[in-house]
Amino acid sequence: MDYATIKELIELAEKEGLPISEVVLRVEIGETEQSREEIWQAMLENLGVMRESVATGRAGQIKSPSGLVGGDALKLRVNNTLIPGNFYREVIINALAVAEVNAGMGKIVAGPTAGSSGIIPAVVLALGEHLQLSDAQLTAGLFTAAGLGNVVAKRATLAGAAGGCQAECGVASAMAAGASVELCGGNPNMVGQAFALALKNLLGLACDPVAGLVEVPCVKRNGFAASHALTAAQMALAGIESIIPPDEVIEAMHQIGCLMPASLKETALAGLAVTPTGLAIKERLNQ
Amino acid sequence: MGVFDIMGPIMIGPSSSHTAGAAKLGRIASLLFNRKIEAAEIFFHGSFAETYRGHGTDRAVTGGILGFKPDDERIKDSRQLARERGINIAYQTIKLKEVHPNTLLIKLSGKGQSLTMLGSSIGGGNIIVNLIDDYQVNISGKLPTIWVLHQDQPGEIGVITSVLGSYSLNIAFMQVFRKKRGTVGSSIIELDHLPGHAVLRRLEDIKNILQVRYIPPL
Ligand code: SF4
Repeated sequence: MDYATIKELIELAEKEGLPISEVVLRVEIGETEQSREEIWQAMLENLGVMRESVATGRAGQIKSPSGLVGGDALKLRVNNTLIPGNFYREVIINALAVAEVNAGMGKIVAGPTAGSSGIIPAVVLALGEHLQLSDAQLTAGLFTAAGLGNVVAKRATLAGAAGGCQAECGVASAMAAGASVELCGGNPNMVGQAFALALKNLLGLACDPVAGLVEVPCVKRNGFAASHALTAAQMALAGIESIIPPDEVIEAMHQIGCLMPASLKETALAGLAVTPTGLAIKERLNQ
Repeated sequence: MGVFDIMGPIMIGPSSSHTAGAAKLGRIASLLFNRKIEAAEIFFHGSFAETYRGHGTDRAVTGGILGFKPDDERIKDSRQLARERGINIAYQTIKLKEVHPNTLLIKLSGKGQSLTMLGSSIGGGNIIVNLIDDYQVNISGKLPTIWVLHQDQPGEIGVITSVLGSYSLNIAFMQVFRKKRGTVGSSIIELDHLPGHAVLRRLEDIKNILQVRYIPPL
C-alpha cells in the first residue's frame, strides 16, 4: 500500500472503506517498519505539544526577540466588540497563539513548517473543543493532514524558499481543511476537495518577510490561513467540488513556485520586506 | 518522507533552519569537543549573519553547545545559562567562500585544547558538518556517527571495521580523510544501529587510535 497522489490516497481509502487517516497510518507502518503503537504515540505527542503551544500563546505573555510580534492572540481573546462568530474567532486566536509562541522561541510542532505551525493546531483543536472530539479522533485528523502534506512534499515543495508562502501557509491551510472535513464526518473525496479548494485560493502567495524574520506577515497570516481552511471545509462538506482536481492544483502550485522570482521566496528582497516601513524595521534591528 | 517530516519535528521556533538546524550544529560541536568548554566563538555567515539576532540563531547554537536538543525550551535563555556556567561566548559575523548561505563556524576551547567546526543548516532542520579542524568530513547527524582520529597506516581502517563488526554493527557510510600520507587520518563512520559504550571504549583502547568521538542521531 502506498500513495503518490491525492487521487491514490482517496482511491485507497474508498477501496478499503477506511478514512484517509487510517490509510496514511497504515502506509507509514509499512514504510518505517515501526509498530502502530509507536507511530500513533508519536502523533499523540505532537497533539500534546500543539495543545501546550495554543495554551501558552493564548495566555499572551510573548515577545519575539525582535519585539515585532506578541500579544495579538490575547487582544483577540479579551476584546468583546468583535464580529459575531465565536468558533471562527477561537480558530484565529489559536492560530495567532501558536505563531506567536513560534516567533517567541517557544516549543511548537512544525507542520508543515515552523512559520506555518499555527494553522493546523488552530483548526484541529478548536474543532475538538467545539465538537467534543476525543484525542484519538484529533490524532487521526493529524494523520490526514500529514498524508495530504506528504503528497505535496513528494510532488512539489513545502519550503517558502523554494515555492513561496503558498507552499507553507497555503499548504498548511489545505492540510487543515482536509483534516477538518474528516473530523466533521466528511468522506475521503470531500477531504480531497477541501484540500484543493483551500490550496487553490492561496496560489501565488509570496514569501516576503520583513527583515527576513518569520514574523511579518507570517504570524497574522497563520490566522488568515486557518479561517481560510474553515471556509474550504465548509464548502467541501456541503458537497461543493473544486473544478480543478487536487493533484492538478499541486502541479499548478509547483509551477507557480518555480516561476516566482527568488526575490519573493524568503530572500526578503521584494514585496513587504522592501516597503519603507519594512526597510526601516530592518535598519532598526541591524543596529 | 515520513509523516513526521510533515507534522514535525517538535522544535523551538521560529525557523527550522535558523533555530533547529543551528541548535543541532552547536550540539554536534560540543559532542566532538567532548571536554569542559571554557570559551566559544561563533561566526555567522550569509543569511545567518543578517538575521541571527532576530531569529535567535545565537541562542539556538549556544543552547546546542550547552547540550540542548532542538526542542529544549531552555534554548531561549541559553545565553544567560552559558554565562552562569562560566562559558565565555563571543558572537561575530564572517564572510566565507563557497559555502551554503546558512553556515556557522564554531570554535570551542577549554583545558588548553580547542576545536573548530564548520557546518551548514541546509533546510527543514537538516544539517551538514563539512570541516572539523583541518579534516574534511560530511556528517548529517541522522545516523549514529563515530569520528575517529588514527595513525594513517596500512590495516588501520580494517582494525576499526572489524571491531565494529564484532559488535554486529553495520556500517552505513564511511569516509576517510588525511591531511598528508602517513600522518593522522580521520574517519567518519555512520552506523545503522546505536553503538554501546563498550564498543566505543574498545575503539579507544586500540593502540594507533588517538581519539574517538560519538554523535548520537539527532
Ligand atoms: S511568509 Fe515566508 S517565512 Fe513567512 S510563513 Fe510564509 S513562507 Fe514562511
